[in-house]
Amino acid sequence: MTVTFLILAALTLAGTVAAMAMRNLIHCVLALTLGFAGLAALYLLLGAQFVGFTQVLVYVGAVAILAVFVIMMTQSAGPAMQPIFSSFWMTGSVVAAAVFVVLAWAICRSGFASQVLPPPVEAAVHPIGDALMHGYVLPLEIMGLLLTAAMIGAVVLAMHEKRRTP
Amino acid sequence: MNPLTGYLLLSALIFSVGLAGALTRRSAILVLIGIELMLNAANLNFIAFWRYGPNPAALTGIMFAIFSISIAAAEAAVGLGIILAAYRHSQTTELDQMNSMKG
Repeated sequence: MTVTFLILAALTLAGTVAAMAMRNLIHCVLALTLGFAGLAALYLLLGAQFVGFTQVLVYVGAVAILAVFVIMMTQSAGPAMQPIFSSFWMTGSVVAAAVFVVLAWAICRSGFASQVLPPPVEAAVHPIGDALMHGYVLPLEIMGLLLTAAMIGAVVLAMHEKRRTP
Repeated sequence: MNPLTGYLLLSALIFSVGLAGALTRRSAILVLIGIELMLNAANLNFIAFWRYGPNPAALTGIMFAIFSISIAAAEAAVGLGIILAAYRHSQTTELDQMNSMKG
């Protein structure tokens, strides 16, 4: 429980809460980027450099830009005139709060709080690449197939439908 | 309170914020972003358990987090494509106005 962790956790939480609560969708995505960057910094703090930089590349780089593109293309930028929350927002908030209470109760009741922690470790990139190329090579190939299929599917979905000429 | 508990509580908070956003926002784009936040909370759990688990040299948590990030990227691309297609169909991204499938 270091000061670094507390600062990064506060930054991440502020980013995510702002992303879910702001009116302007562009501001939401900007706040979301802050939250993702905070999470990447937390991964670096935990010693997982590769995952931290993957997070920066994929989330801060790609997913946020993709969301901004879709907001621009659907012309939903700018402050919303109508209410931003749906009519059953009270039920949704109660469900989310209940989920958090149950999770926090389970975490506090578990034995993690009194556990003796191992010394810090660093996951260097070399063993990760080694594992990806030997033990996890089949999942890696399947992931490549899945990403290709998802890319083709996204392009087909977003493509303009052909106008039928009579 | 040790660091692992702190990370787990933070992850539970991020998950709840994402769930609240996915359940209560009207914009389809923000619902998708809420789902991304929940996936990120799960990733944070994987990394925290890898770091403080009994066998960090096995790299299992790292591997799971890497594959989970890839799946989330594919999911975001397809989800945003679906939102674009739905917008072209109904001219809105507000979820409670996309009710043309109701009987």
